[in-house]
Amino acid sequence: MQNPTIVYVPRDSAARSVGADEVAAALQQASEQGEFAIEVVRNGSRGALWLEPLVEVVTEQGRIGYGPVTADDVPGLLAAGLLTGGDHPLRLGRVDQLPWLARQNRVTFARVGVIDPLSPEDYVAHGGLRGLRAALALDPADVVAQVTESGLRGRGGAGFPAGIKWKTVLECQGEGADLKFICCNADEGDSGTFADRMVMEGDPFLLIEGMAIAAHAVGASEGYIYLRSEYPDAIATMNAAIEIAHGQGWLGKGVLGSTLDFDLRVRVGAGAYICGEETSMLDSLEGKRGMVRAKPPIPAIEGLFGKPTVVNNVLTLTTVPVVLADGPKAYQDLGVGRSRGTQVFQLGGNIKRGGIVETAFGITLRELIEDYGGGTLSGRPVRTAQVGGPLGAYLPVEQFDLPMDYEAFAEAGAMLGHGGVVVFDDSVDMAAQARFAMEFCAEESCGKCTPCRVGAVRGVEVIDRIVAGTHRDENLALLEDLCDLMTDGSLCAMGGLTPMPVRSALAHFPDDFLGGRKLLDITPVHRTEGTA
Amino acid sequence: MTTSGTDVSVESVVRRAAAAHRAERGALLPVLHAVQAELGCVPQEAIPVLADEFNLSRADVHGVVTFYHDFRREPAGRSTVRICRAEACQALGANRLVSYAREAGTPVGETSADGAVTVEQVFCLGNCALGPSVEVDGRLHGRVSPERLGALLNGTV
Repeated sequence: MQNPTIVYVPRDSAARSVGADEVAAALQQASEQGEFAIEVVRNGSRGALWLEPLVEVVTEQGRIGYGPVTADDVPGLLAAGLLTGGDHPLRLGRVDQLPWLARQNRVTFARVGVIDPLSPEDYVAHGGLRGLRAALALDPADVVAQVTESGLRGRGGAGFPAGIKWKTVLECQGEGADLKFICCNADEGDSGTFADRMVMEGDPFLLIEGMAIAAHAVGASEGYIYLRSEYPDAIATMNAAIEIAHGQGWLGKGVLGSTLDFDLRVRVGAGAYICGEETSMLDSLEGKRGMVRAKPPIPAIEGLFGKPTVVNNVLTLTTVPVVLADGPKAYQDLGVGRSRGTQVFQLGGNIKRGGIVETAFGITLRELIEDYGGGTLSGRPVRTAQVGGPLGAYLPVEQFDLPMDYEAFAEAGAMLGHGGVVVFDDSVDMAAQARFAMEFCAEESCGKCTPCRVGAVRGVEVIDRIVAGTHRDENLALLEDLCDLMTDGSLCAMGGLTPMPVRSALAHFPDDFLGGRKLLDITPVHRTEGTA
Repeated sequence: MTTSGTDVSVESVVRRAAAAHRAERGALLPVLHAVQAELGCVPQEAIPVLADEFNLSRADVHGVVTFYHDFRREPAGRSTVRICRAEACQALGANRLVSYAREAGTPVGETSADGAVTVEQVFCLGNCALGPSVEVDGRLHGRVSPERLGALLNGTV
């Protein structure tokens, strides 16, 4: 019997949402019937999500892609010579040469979609563990110095330099610092962001490696991945990967034969958006309501259970191994200004070619939406894009030449956040979007501080009155005042940034707020109690 | 699974879940997830048992249970359909799906009269490039049209 041909079908939940399991089953069935010798391997997704399910066949010419494939296409594809890269209308050519992918600079996402996510052999064969081995050969302070030098900034949204945070934790000594934690914030609740999910589903060992490096760097012995319950596939993949990593000696006592002991657990969230805020996440990890804490004390000094704690986002921790493996200089050479390295942009919403675009900072929004994204899915003109999640600004087309970096966005009254870009066509009602921002804040506020808890409810009401044309000028002034209060008076970014989408919608699309109509009803949600 | 069991069975479920997570720090959330996985909800009778297990007041436990969207006080329908209403799905007509569900007799937040299906809203399922998204019993569906939602609600797919 000839060697079976390896055919990759993604196991990523986005690919599964459009039928990847059915395609894999159809290929498996064809193989079992004996006519074709196929070994189906479930990889992560390449991030070209409009091509999913993207089937890749390993041939002498490289990995040839076909997509988007449905289960019904499988017999025809096999008949057309799928297994030797045969011609077919769905044939895309060599996947690594697809212009959409070839133009990117995959650093964090280098392995995602390439390997079998749960194969430790694949991981090591594709450069895995180089970062951890390099780190374990260094003193903790030198690891921290390398991370600082690389210019790596927290990729969760705030962009705080990772090395400085780590240094603070490392320098916590003496009583109370006997136990330190590494917490990975994988509560990726922002609409339009899915990079954390994709890297956890597509390259879970990378996150484990990054967290182990962090543990060595600051002297931590326990780690938690706080993973949102809306990501069941990522939870399953991370749990499986942690078990395998223990078996390989990559976690547990004496990691890779060193003196580092590091245990790691997944903690599943429970549907509260606010738990993506770091202090609220820490309370949730402690088994409490996810209420925001006042800072100081900062988590680096008094974090989880009052102990020194590193809290980093998934993309920050999954970039650390690259920094250690190739040295800080290589990473620093990418990017612009104070935004070093690459950023993982996520194109979503009404977009023709959505997915992951990892590239050096400095690309413009227009390049992302038009060149990569190909405009809207509906074919109608783009009207706006919301960048940085539900708390990010709505930018008009005239601002699409903004370079994507932290400082340029801050100057324009917007934020990069976690790199999510959600595109809307010209059918969008910006008053409804502004009202939704307030509605969302009212729904998800932890309730600790008044500007957020009450302000958001009042915000919905005021926008309704503006749109209905009731005392328009007075209510516009009131909304302005409310936005000021929420920005200045809220404890965390939830209340503090909710005004950003509201104000940007008002500033750039004032006509949508002209009076005399009623917005859609808020969907009545039956709830007996609770706040978040 | 329903809560028709007696208090004793609720208690034993809670105590078993707590014992399984005894070695973990701050394990209330994992235990609540475990209880809900077994009973379909976190019933009122579970609160004093949890308070006892975790050495907390009943008010503290009640506060945690009611803070999080995931924890139900009553079991859901036999199947749970969650419609994503976050911005990326809104851009592709998520509100049409919400209207469709309402017209089909199962508005967001309610369970159908025969107990077959509970419809809920959710903010982001992480499938923002292939929206509108709907999750049915933990399984994600992308590019969901109103017709397809109809089929998902009827359980015909």
